[in-house]
Amino acid sequence: MIAHPVRRVACPDCDLLLTLPPVPAGGSARCPRCDARLSRAPHRSIERTSALALAGLLLFVVANAFPFLTLDIQGRQTEATLFEGVRTLWTQDMPFLSVLVLATIIVAPLLHLSLLLYLLLPLGWGRRPPGGPRLFALLHHIRPWSMAEVFMLGVLVSMTKLADLADIFPGIALWAFSLLILVIAATLSTLDEEVVWARLAPRFEPTKARG
Amino acid sequence: MSAPGRALSASLATCHTCALLMRLPPRTHALGCPRCGHPVHARKQNSLRRTWALVAAGAILYVPANLLPIMSVTHLGSGRTDTIMSGVMHLLHTGMWPLALIVFVASVFVPLAKLLALVLLLVSVQRGWTWRPVQRTRLYRLTEMVGRWSMVDIYVVTILAALVNAGALARVEPRPGAVFFGLVVVLTMLAAESFDPRLIWDRLGARRG
Repeated sequence: MIAHPVRRVACPDCDLLLTLPPVPAGGSARCPRCDARLSRAPHRSIERTSALALAGLLLFVVANAFPFLTLDIQGRQTEATLFEGVRTLWTQDMPFLSVLVLATIIVAPLLHLSLLLYLLLPLGWGRRPPGGPRLFALLHHIRPWSMAEVFMLGVLVSMTKLADLADIFPGIALWAFSLLILVIAATLSTLDEEVVWARLAPRFEPTKARG
Repeated sequence: MSAPGRALSASLATCHTCALLMRLPPRTHALGCPRCGHPVHARKQNSLRRTWALVAAGAILYVPANLLPIMSVTHLGSGRTDTIMSGVMHLLHTGMWPLALIVFVASVFVPLAKLLALVLLLVSVQRGWTWRPVQRTRLYRLTEMVGRWSMVDIYVVTILAALVNAGALARVEPRPGAVFFGLVVVLTMLAAESFDPRLIWDRLGARRG
């Protein structure tokens, strides 16, 4: 009979020391004192998350290569891609805003998806990608700055503001971007950080005690 | 009731980045996480001072962010210049009240509520309040989560500028208010990140002995 290794953790929000039994697949664990989420164990995390990251990257390419909105003012059509928005701000002497938008809707989502793919694809085949722990830590810090879903709300507001000026047509990129948001959210809920850490750096795992 | 076991009392520290629990030798303030390489501290460094500084900077910039125009639109010779609030009123007058509400909440209410929540948390920790630690920790988690939605107005300016300026009929120009606004969002996000919610619980343990 093999006793499962228990992990000692401290709650990140209230510092309560806990011994965490293995979380059953599909389940999650919360701090009994402050209700912070301590652990989550989605089914087949690595396979599902890498598949989603790949799908996300394809959607990202479409979302950036095509115009996201087309404007029709009395028969004259104009359209813009995501990057043109960034470039326009730059040419209007707003470098800070330009960089902020570039970082939050293009660079951060792209890094999020490509780092996931770079780390998880080899792990799925039982290999450790070079620089794994450093890059997975970087991913942790990038995540709050990826704001694709907020941008989508901005698109919605812009469309209503423009409605009295012109006819507006959503472009292919807008549909791709909507799907991209769902895919990014899905990668967050399927990612099991402990499994990734356990495979990237196995020497820090509790050893299985035989009982 | 005695205080439940704190990692700090057991000379243990959690890595902020990868959540590895490790022994922090006595009189050590920081070490590099052996797993992910990031610096590990028992508590976030200078948490209260850094959070106060970022909150103060955010609160100061909140004023020009709301008073100065964020963009101007010129269309067929006539133009209008919008602050955040006049943009909300414009949406309201054109019958788009659900959107007006969303923009008001995201751009006006959220940054202000976030600053006030952080001040409350800071004061509560500094005064050693033992009042409702679970709710205060929840408030912190909420504060950390909602800040990003304030970016919506920045994106609206970006989209309008890109689309409208591509044609020749109208011009949209971002105005300095938008820069201040972007700074408020970034500063309050950094402020929430630098606050350490475990301080709420440290004071509690100290009171109970």
